[in-house]
Amino acid sequence: MKTIYMDNAATTKMSRTAIDAMLPFMEEYYGNPSSLHTVGQIAAEALDKARADVAQCLGCKPTEITFTSGGSEADNQALISVAKIGERKGKKHIISTAFEHHAMLHTLDKLAKQGFDIELLPVGKTGTITAEQVKNAIREDTILVSTMYANNEIGSVLPIAEIGAVCHEKGVLFHTDAVQATGHLHINVVEQNIDMLSFSGHKFHGPKGIGVLYAKRGIVLSNVIEGGAQERGKRGGTENIPAIVGMAAALKEACEHIDDYGTKVAALRDQLIAGLSQIPHSVVNGDLKNRLPGNVNMCFEGIEGESILLMLDAKGICASSGSACTSGSLDPSHVLLSIGLPHEIAHGSLRLSLCEYNTQEEVDYVLKEIPPIIEYLRNMSPLWKDKVIGKKKFFL
Amino acid sequence: MALYSEKVMDHFRNPRNVGSIENPSGVGEVGNAKCGDIMKIYLKIENEIITDVKFETFGCGSAIASSSIATELIKGKPVSEALELSNKAVVEALEGLPVHKLHCSVLAEEAIKAAVQDYYEKNGIAYDKTQFPDCEACGHCHE
Repeated sequence: MKTIYMDNAATTKMSRTAIDAMLPFMEEYYGNPSSLHTVGQIAAEALDKARADVAQCLGCKPTEITFTSGGSEADNQALISVAKIGERKGKKHIISTAFEHHAMLHTLDKLAKQGFDIELLPVGKTGTITAEQVKNAIREDTILVSTMYANNEIGSVLPIAEIGAVCHEKGVLFHTDAVQATGHLHINVVEQNIDMLSFSGHKFHGPKGIGVLYAKRGIVLSNVIEGGAQERGKRGGTENIPAIVGMAAALKEACEHIDDYGTKVAALRDQLIAGLSQIPHSVVNGDLKNRLPGNVNMCFEGIEGESILLMLDAKGICASSGSACTSGSLDPSHVLLSIGLPHEIAHGSLRLSLCEYNTQEEVDYVLKEIPPIIEYLRNMSPLWKDKVIGKKKFFL
Repeated sequence: MALYSEKVMDHFRNPRNVGSIENPSGVGEVGNAKCGDIMKIYLKIENEIITDVKFETFGCGSAIASSSIATELIKGKPVSEALELSNKAVVEALEGLPVHKLHCSVLAEEAIKAAVQDYYEKNGIAYDKTQFPDCEACGHCHE
């Protein structure tokens, strides 16, 4: 059976370009970039070049790039660093949003325990925030605003440049978790007023276990990993050269094709959304206008997400869900709850996340397979039956 | 899928005894929509023997598999034996469930008990109420 991979927001298949870029640094130039010999120095040169390539994709200077183990570490380091700055200045108010990734939310929880005042802005039914909301929330003692660039589950793209402008007007630092946006949406940290930005390599066909924290010159980073003098002393540990080189190659390729891939993927996305919306008692989640090109997120009333995923898997279709059963906890995803969905509806969510490798044939196949699966599971569901006979009310 | 045993996947993909029974001897429904799983068991009982059993489930893969296998375990059995079915027996029959899915087997046990209780109530049969724990007792559901 052919695998149809529509879980690109979770991770992506590595591109040939990225793999080919990495191989020499495993087979031939495996030296430590801190070593003086030739094998080490070739690795050091590759590190410099990768840093320059990444910086160019973001519109910043190479010295403003720190390589980390991934998006989570980058988010952690951004928050911990700014918290230190805030402590020194006596500013302990941090503004973020209710639907951030847990790498942010859990670190913010920690900071709250250390006496920081964490304010999470509500994201409304659409699942976004406005610059106006941020402006109204900023206080004298606000040190940081941190909002994700685009939401990993429901695909909403936030008005980053406007939020950044508001922050700069008020002299507040602005960080964005751009894990889902990098390589898929145009980013220019200067034009968009971004002071700090995190991303990981594996969301745009690069390798896992590697990420980036961009921090504007002048922002002093605090270490999450203590160690040697790597990354200007701000992140210890021998640099993961193959991963860094692979990520840079993948990012460069993604940025070169950002418009044509984006257009192609968005067209497939729109077909999926239009097709699946035909299923009665369903809803599309997230901002329909400002949306990641590859994100489809729907809820189907009366059924549970994990069973949809298992049925899809049997058909070769890889997808994900925000139901409690897939999160390993008793609550459905905080993102779906943040946009006001009742628990019951959030349990019935399905996310399909596309990339440029997906084809029209795959979309046609998925559109053919999903409706009977929904119908089959509904026919088995006592909850659905109660709604049909009017014993319980429909939400959707 | 490594998450579930072959047995779970078999019962999920080919669930046994799905559906409902017209004029059932007893019906039991446990769980709630907020928690993401509801199980409903229909029993047909003749001379204290469960001659037919059907289920309907709203829930994840292990909830559907637990319901399916539980119906197999009690079909054709005396009511008294069905009452003894433990969630542990359901888990064993499924060749194991992940720890965070164990509550699905508890729901299956409770759904059967609730259906039997309904049968007793409907027919005015005296029974020991302490044998029937409140469905909320497992502590997994808080509405």
